[in-house]
Amino acid sequence: MTVTALPTLKPADFASDQEIRWCPGCGDYAILAQAKKVLSTLPFPKEKMVFISGIGCSSRFPYYLNTYGFHTIHGRAPTFATGLKLAQPDLMVWVVTGDGDGLSIGGNHLIHALRRNIDIKILLFNNEIYGLTKGQYSPTSRLGTKTKTSPGGSIEAPIRSLSLALAAEATFVARTMDLDPGHTASTLQRVAAHKGSAFVEIYQNCKIFNDGVFNYVTDKALRSDNALYLVHGKPMIFGKENNKGIRLNGLDPEVVTIGKDCALDDILVHDETAANPMMAYLLSRFSYPDFPEVFGVLRYVSEPTYDELMAKQMAESLAKRGKGDLQKLFRNDDLWTVE
Amino acid sequence: MVVNTPTSPRKFEEVDSITIRFAGDSGDGMQVVGTQLTNVSAIMGNDIATFPDFPAEIRAPAGTLAGVSGFQVHFASTDIHTPGDSLNCLVVMNPAALKTNLKDLQPGGILIVNSDSFGITDLAKAKYATNPLEDGSLKGYRIVKVAIDKLNREAVKDSNLALRDGDRCKNFFALGLVFWMFERSQETTIKWLHSKFGKKPDILQANIKALKAGYNYGETVELMPIQYRVAKAKIAPGTYRKITGNEALAMGLVAACELANKNMVCASYPITPATDVLHQLADMKNFGVKTIQAEDEIAAVGMAIGASYGGAIGVTGTSGPGVCLKSEGINLAVMTELPLVIIDVQRGGPSTGLPTKTEQSDLLQAFFGRNGESPVAIIAPKTPVDCFNIAFEAIRIATEFMVPVFILSDGYIANGAEPWLIPDVNKLPKIKINHPTGPNSEASDGVHENGAGEPGKFLPYKRNDNLVRPWAIPGTVGLEHRIGGIEKQDVTGNINYEPANHELMVRTRAKKVANIAKTIPDLTIEGDQEGELLVIGWGGTYGTIATGVQKARLNGWKIGQVHFQYLNPFPKNTADVFKKFKYFLVPELNSGQLLLLLRGMFLIDAKGLNKIQGKPFLVSEIVDGIQLFFK
Repeated sequence: MTVTALPTLKPADFASDQEIRWCPGCGDYAILAQAKKVLSTLPFPKEKMVFISGIGCSSRFPYYLNTYGFHTIHGRAPTFATGLKLAQPDLMVWVVTGDGDGLSIGGNHLIHALRRNIDIKILLFNNEIYGLTKGQYSPTSRLGTKTKTSPGGSIEAPIRSLSLALAAEATFVARTMDLDPGHTASTLQRVAAHKGSAFVEIYQNCKIFNDGVFNYVTDKALRSDNALYLVHGKPMIFGKENNKGIRLNGLDPEVVTIGKDCALDDILVHDETAANPMMAYLLSRFSYPDFPEVFGVLRYVSEPTYDELMAKQMAESLAKRGKGDLQKLFRNDDLWTVE
Repeated sequence: MVVNTPTSPRKFEEVDSITIRFAGDSGDGMQVVGTQLTNVSAIMGNDIATFPDFPAEIRAPAGTLAGVSGFQVHFASTDIHTPGDSLNCLVVMNPAALKTNLKDLQPGGILIVNSDSFGITDLAKAKYATNPLEDGSLKGYRIVKVAIDKLNREAVKDSNLALRDGDRCKNFFALGLVFWMFERSQETTIKWLHSKFGKKPDILQANIKALKAGYNYGETVELMPIQYRVAKAKIAPGTYRKITGNEALAMGLVAACELANKNMVCASYPITPATDVLHQLADMKNFGVKTIQAEDEIAAVGMAIGASYGGAIGVTGTSGPGVCLKSEGINLAVMTELPLVIIDVQRGGPSTGLPTKTEQSDLLQAFFGRNGESPVAIIAPKTPVDCFNIAFEAIRIATEFMVPVFILSDGYIANGAEPWLIPDVNKLPKIKINHPTGPNSEASDGVHENGAGEPGKFLPYKRNDNLVRPWAIPGTVGLEHRIGGIEKQDVTGNINYEPANHELMVRTRAKKVANIAKTIPDLTIEGDQEGELLVIGWGGTYGTIATGVQKARLNGWKIGQVHFQYLNPFPKNTADVFKKFKYFLVPELNSGQLLLLLRGMFLIDAKGLNKIQGKPFLVSEIVDGIQLFFK
């Protein structure tokens, strides 16, 4: 057996020849830059990477990457990704979607792709707005968000996408943000290595229709007080002084000050591999301003993937029945012969 | 003195064909015994055709009109194409079955009645004010009253079964009676019972006892003064089996994939009457077939397209309501020019409509039910057996032309069965599929934006002589490219909004589909090759129309018949065929969909013969329709 070394690639090798058409200042640029960087470091052949998207600003992503790409229809990207994985299980398949695409029109497919644990990586760019249709509220827009279709303010409770992903039994659930490039890159590295359905929410600023909606975490002056970076095995500490932490009071998490309300030992320690998803679920509900919003990997567990289970059944069928024989298949019923 | 009483010699009447329907409650096992009679008749050398008719409810309340389930078998010593217009014999297990089925029994026909089920409550459930067995309303039929419940109970009483389980054998008692009356052998059914209930000896023995008891009862009491005999049909030599349209579709798809050296991915969402295809394929993993039960119809088409994008044969099966949901996905396959097979087993519509009843009302949906100008290939099997060939053609056309292909089957041929001359696998056509492995650009491609005219590039929308683009699959080194639903630039496939390019691409997609006509057989005329009337059909009505035309021609009328299996594009010689006739009749199980297309596209003054009752045509209805032209 000969092993062909993978060519050494640079981020620029992942740039397609297409002119990028996102608005100036769009958060998508930062995510694309980190994606190219991370992809170029992966020990995986470029021709086996496929990016599949739905409809919306985020879904233009595949056009700007020099991998295989499929810009599909609104909300349905996970279905095409699933079919592609069935045809070619050894591809690395990414889905790029947005809050409208993935959580509104495509909510059903997102749930089912995640629960099947098929080996696809879903990146959901959340800007809490419909950008491509020029500014309507989305399923993640906060109560009171004023848009062209909600002039009096949105009266719909927003979806917490991480809670939804956990409820759908995703085996990898994480969040990052466009304006923390280092964290975006490390999160993409983690998701690339995961086997199974992975879900990453990426806070992404829409410069035109929802500018600054995530300021409380993207502004470096405010970030440390409002963002909790989760690290496996480490206590959940945040704050400018690094002295705030999360403690569990019965079933309710609370924000405490270390040294004043409690000792460091009382602070919850993050366990992304916990079999019980309850703690991850509690974290997924943390919302500004009552709680710091969490970034990092909430859940990372290993379960048999759909791909593996399918391969197993295919192999079992072959072992039990032998390679399919048409002549036998046709005759698999009562036969009669006419002379 | 000993008086010798000789048993009366059996009297047989030879007939060409017999049509029988078993009708009872949906829990009475009518489909099972109907299938048995079919198998036995086929094995005895008759030609056969069947028509199951069951309610949408799994178990409607017992004994009610809504819960009646029927199975019709037509067996003959001649070549037959339909399950029969009217019944020679009707077997009814209860009053509800009598009420819903009697209208189809011929005058003077044999009516076998389970007289044990005509109590006051049974009659009330069937909404009979008086007992039809006693009020003279069945005069004109040959009624055979048999206490099936009681006789069956007696037959299985030593079988170690609970009373209730023993009673469930009564369908086989009824089958035994029919076997005696029409001189059928019990051997095949006993063999089948062994294979079915081998592991449940009590049930096996009880069913065999019930079957034999029914047969012997007929013989012992000489139930009828006469028995009927149907000779073997003259059938082409070879080995046969019985096959339904859905079985033939599944086998055709698997066979075509084998011969194309491709794996199949079938993604479907359960829907009547198409689910059987998914059932069949789900059990064929050793042929490399992967199936997935999608979360909805939209996901199913998405998965099938995703699989095609990955180089597999993507198939999705559904019925009309599912096609509504799939239309956006189908359009993406039109735009990205990927192969896709969509099976639409049509049922009565609109909306949920008549889930278990047949109709041909999705033709225009297949043609036009999507936004924009969206040409797809459309083909339709004409008989259950033809589903095998059509499945082959679907995969050939989809891959040769990079296009979605609709298979318009229907509930009638999907569930109907007929004998299938098992083909020689070595003689099945091979399907050649090529995937590019390297760049395809040349200087002569012209200069496009982004320098795509340079040699050494891969141009995903550079077309062959038939205007078909290459099928480059992910994983191929150096051919990385992007596709999607936004309008494509000719040749490069890049996003493009230019007016002239859009018109070019719309026209190119249409021309590509039109080019399929170069690869399909000409329309053939059956009956008179030219003359007064051309009867034009499509899809599952073939058998009935052909029989009707044959009958009408006995009057000396000049009638030709054509039947479209290829609907988009139509065969190249279609217009020439139409020139040979003066009048045109288009029988369809809808209000005139092919009629609209033919009048619009060929400017012929065709007339429709339309039935929209969830039921197939009767031969007599076709003959009546034809007669109007010769008055």
